Amino acid sequence: MALKGLDIFKFTPKTNCKECGSPTCMAFAMKVAQGAIALDKCTHMSPDALAKLGEATAPPMKTLKIGVGDAEHTLGGETVLFRHEKTFVSQSLYGVNVCSDCIDTALPELQTVDYVRIGERMYVELVNVEYGGDKGKYLDTVKKALAAKRTLILSVSDVDAAKGALEIAKDGKPILNGANESNFKEMSALATEFGLVLGVTGKTLDSIYDTVKALEDLGNKNLIIDVGVASIKEAFSNTVQIRRAALKDGDRTCGYPSIVNVGKLAPKDSVLQAALASLFTLKYGSIILLSGMSYAQALPLYGLRQNIFTDPQKPMKVEPGIYPINNADENAICATTVDFALTYFVVSGELERSGVPVNLLISDAGGYSVLTAWAAGKLSASSITKFIKEQQIESKLKSRNLLLPGKVAVLKGELEESLPGWKIIMAPNEAVELVKFLKELKV
Amino acid sequence: MPFKRVPQKFNASIKEVVIGTGDKTLTLGGENVLPLYSFDGGIKNPPKVGIEVSDLGPNRDIPGIAEFYKGVESIPDVAKRACEAKGANFVSLVLESADPNKQNKSVDECAKLCKEVAEKVTLPLVIQGSKNVDKDKELFPKIAEALEGKNVLLLSAKEENYKAIAVAAVQAYNQKIGGESAVDINLAKQLNVVISQLGISTDNVVMNNGSAAAGYGFEYIASTLDRVKAAALAQNDAMLQIPIITPVGEQAWSVGEALKSEADAPKNWGPAEQRGIDMEVVTAVADIASGSNAVILRHPVSVATISQLVSELM
Repeated sequence: MALKGLDIFKFTPKTNCKECGSPTCMAFAMKVAQGAIALDKCTHMSPDALAKLGEATAPPMKTLKIGVGDAEHTLGGETVLFRHEKTFVSQSLYGVNVCSDCIDTALPELQTVDYVRIGERMYVELVNVEYGGDKGKYLDTVKKALAAKRTLILSVSDVDAAKGALEIAKDGKPILNGANESNFKEMSALATEFGLVLGVTGKTLDSIYDTVKALEDLGNKNLIIDVGVASIKEAFSNTVQIRRAALKDGDRTCGYPSIVNVGKLAPKDSVLQAALASLFTLKYGSIILLSGMSYAQALPLYGLRQNIFTDPQKPMKVEPGIYPINNADENAICATTVDFALTYFVVSGELERSGVPVNLLISDAGGYSVLTAWAAGKLSASSITKFIKEQQIESKLKSRNLLLPGKVAVLKGELEESLPGWKIIMAPNEAVELVKFLKELKV
Repeated sequence: MPFKRVPQKFNASIKEVVIGTGDKTLTLGGENVLPLYSFDGGIKNPPKVGIEVSDLGPNRDIPGIAEFYKGVESIPDVAKRACEAKGANFVSLVLESADPNKQNKSVDECAKLCKEVAEKVTLPLVIQGSKNVDKDKELFPKIAEALEGKNVLLLSAKEENYKAIAVAAVQAYNQKIGGESAVDINLAKQLNVVISQLGISTDNVVMNNGSAAAGYGFEYIASTLDRVKAAALAQNDAMLQIPIITPVGEQAWSVGEALKSEADAPKNWGPAEQRGIDMEVVTAVADIASGSNAVILRHPVSVATISQLVSELM
């Protein structure tokens, strides 16, 4: 629970020494309560007080690191339930389930999805290796899974098999997912020994909660909660209630990221798995596991994730440059718009639909929409001219026809002056009118 | 010590709007918990799934859609077949051909078609207009008259044409209307306010707060719907306690991911039909999880999937 300034004040030396930068101990305590200053700025508190307060002033949800190098990922650390309240910080990660029987086909398949969307690499980040009951086979599977160069989740509740698997995979900092009410002591010892995140599950929300509590009592807080696969309804209910208890009701035992295995919730139904992955991307699934990842599933899911986890204060931007559409060559007409990702997608989508080859020129407009960028001075005749000169468009492309967004028609005259030899053509105000406009356009 | 459950039940609830007549009715809204949070208390009317039928006919280039509508040609027959789609709760006719930029079909022709469709369908009917505000202003009053007594939902009335549509459709012929605004909570509320100032009670109104395909600015949809539901339930804002309906199909099937043929698409993308279905399904779930009380979809597989997921969650 969030502490009040007075609760913190009690533990301060009350000397008003000002070493922390605050005028009084009371002022310091108030700032700590608001999260504006770190507790350890005061060097005079007893270790006992620090331990007690550190616990209470810690963030409501743990931030975990898994994997190493390029495959390192951050989970958790969320502070709000809705993105408009502030922002979501750690995007959901997608993984694929593999078992000893399917790994030889599943591994190459899960590596096919690999592409870049608005500057972000989209790929299956995690591989979940499931234990089938045979230790020898499991260890072979884990060995094979390493070849994918993805962070692994070892889903195994057999302590002996888990130990064997960890010996093989420990260097990649996998998640050991297998603690439950009966084996949590041994599993916790293993995870702690290897310095790994431990996944906890149980048959019901109450049993999950009790096991997490018991693990916390053992001193292990490097945990992730597997919400279980009893039913779709229960998995959703557990995921939402755990996150809400942590962030709204201040229950720290719930302050851990989650694993949702939609592959097991909807076996053999890839469309329902995509639907579930969408649900848990919006509603608090930190790791979402599917039984496979096709492009058909990936394209909408990764796009959705990129939207939901974008910082509301920072617009999504595309890189400035020349984007050839419909196999445009150097003779195709040019069109220009801003680098705001949404504008780019809407405009490029409509241009594609027109079937007319166009070179879309995206200049740096600060990631704003057309009118906002214009009002902020980020989209002007001089910014477009500068872009065309800097990118050496005139030597790269032969066309001297430039479509200008209808909403900034005021720039036409100025552009004609600053870009001699170019014909500035007014495009419609709205992107939806582009298809008709382009089909009828004669230059 | 068991997990301490703290259900979030609100003292306010979303208004109920009933569409259809007799044994073909459907109720949208009514809930007093956040979207899909059935564990917080019962959800009075689970989100509904509609199947979309264009008056230009189904897109038979998509094998699954061609198969589903095999043997039916006329639009009323197509609409009747659509009612058989597994999981469909209502059918939505789109008067695309009325668009002045397309075929510019006359108002009378459209009204006649609506009447024929209404005679054939076995599910409640939602009619989407031409999307041209001037045309819709003429179109909807005529359709409302032609379908008097059917209690259909007409989508949509916008800021530019709501007066003519609301007065004729609701006050004169007792139909339901949807108010459509750009993706913004304030614009949504403003439209509801001006509609109610005409003397129309909100149980005749649903709203479309905009739609986008997953990956195409969906964060605006998600946050707008999140905020609308929060204002309606937590702050008891009566002008936002109105069910949300979201047409998903049009956006989902018109993005590159769904449109590109397998030959034109990058390697490994696979058949366009599957990409369209997944785009439609992922978008629809995200809409419902954010607050849509109804979604309108095109592909029968999408309809069945969303319907199954909703019932699993109730």
